[in-house]
Amino acid sequence: MANPIHQFEITPIIPIHIGDLDLSFTNSALFMTVAVALSFAFFWVATRRVAVIPGRLQSIAELLYSFIANMIRDNAGKDGMKYFPFVLTLFLYVALGNMLGLLPYSFTFTSHILVTAALALVIFVGVTILGFARHGMGYFRMFFPEGAPLLTAPMLIPIEIISYLSRPFSLSVRLFANMTVGHIMLKVLAGFIISLGVFGIVPFAAVVGVTMLEIMIALIQAYVFTILTCIYLHDALHMH
Amino acid sequence: MPQFDPSSFASQLFWLIVTFTALFMIVWRFAIPRIGDVMDQRQKMVDDDLERAAQFKAEAESAIATYEKALAEARAQARAVLKESEASLQETQEARQREVSARLAEEIKNGEARIAKARDEALDSLADIAADTAAAAAEKVAGIRPAPDETRKAVAATLEKRAN
Repeated sequence: MANPIHQFEITPIIPIHIGDLDLSFTNSALFMTVAVALSFAFFWVATRRVAVIPGRLQSIAELLYSFIANMIRDNAGKDGMKYFPFVLTLFLYVALGNMLGLLPYSFTFTSHILVTAALALVIFVGVTILGFARHGMGYFRMFFPEGAPLLTAPMLIPIEIISYLSRPFSLSVRLFANMTVGHIMLKVLAGFIISLGVFGIVPFAAVVGVTMLEIMIALIQAYVFTILTCIYLHDALHMH
Repeated sequence: MPQFDPSSFASQLFWLIVTFTALFMIVWRFAIPRIGDVMDQRQKMVDDDLERAAQFKAEAESAIATYEKALAEARAQARAVLKESEASLQETQEARQREVSARLAEEIKNGEARIAKARDEALDSLADIAADTAAAAAEKVAGIRPAPDETRKAVAATLEKRAN
């Protein structure tokens, strides 16, 4: 049976070394590029002939646009619309990374903790800077909910600080773990198909089912990643 | 797990930044303006159409109001004309009635006078007839022939007695 971890191996395609740094164009970078190229191709074709009465592809593009726009409006408020390009990019990047990874022989770049952690950190740092820029030192009030009895402060403040600081971890680990576990499960189940011979039909059916589940998870995780970003944005813009 | 192998971190981070920035630029500078513009345009068109519809509705309502006002005026005018003609009609009718009743009264008066005259004449001749009849009856019954003056006197006396 093939090693189920093997699919996460990063292999260079075009080796690039700058000094001691290894910036090789790898299979991970390849699928990142494919995701960007696909997005660009989609938007280019969808908006090639924009019309007031949209065609099929334009409708999909508009659906995506209003889906994310509504998500920001509902969760971060109207002034969150300034960050619309970033949030839309984030959703597309994560959703495409998750979905492309489901293709056989492909690579899931969102299954790597470094990628999810980098995205989560950018969001965390960005949102924190935004909060302090908007509310000054008042942003520290985030750590003590309004109306709570003063006596509970020694307990509440550490809890709030921990919960705030754990945001990037939960954000990155959730996506990374979901993608990694899903792909390991698929690989292990698929490995049984050949070794069980005729009875391989049972794991085969399971693989079909899990694949559908994984498609759903790929989209849901992208959605969760994006909507949490919107909620953090809301906290930074309006506090609680 | 390859996920925790730091040797690939630099490459992953580098390409993440490059591709994410590229996608951000595509979304920010290319996709959002093109999709947003057409959606704004559509929204504007819908709003314009709605506004025009509201304007037409207001126009129709004002036209209805004008029409109803004109209708009410025409009704009032018709009522006034009707009232006026009714009044004049009644006036002429009354005048004619007065004229007719005056004529009738005159004719009745004339008639009554004629009737009274005829009756007087009849009563006068009745006395003559009674006198003649009495004379004829006296001749047949008693064989006497009273003088015309006497019979006439007797009839007049009897009539007077009866009238009392």
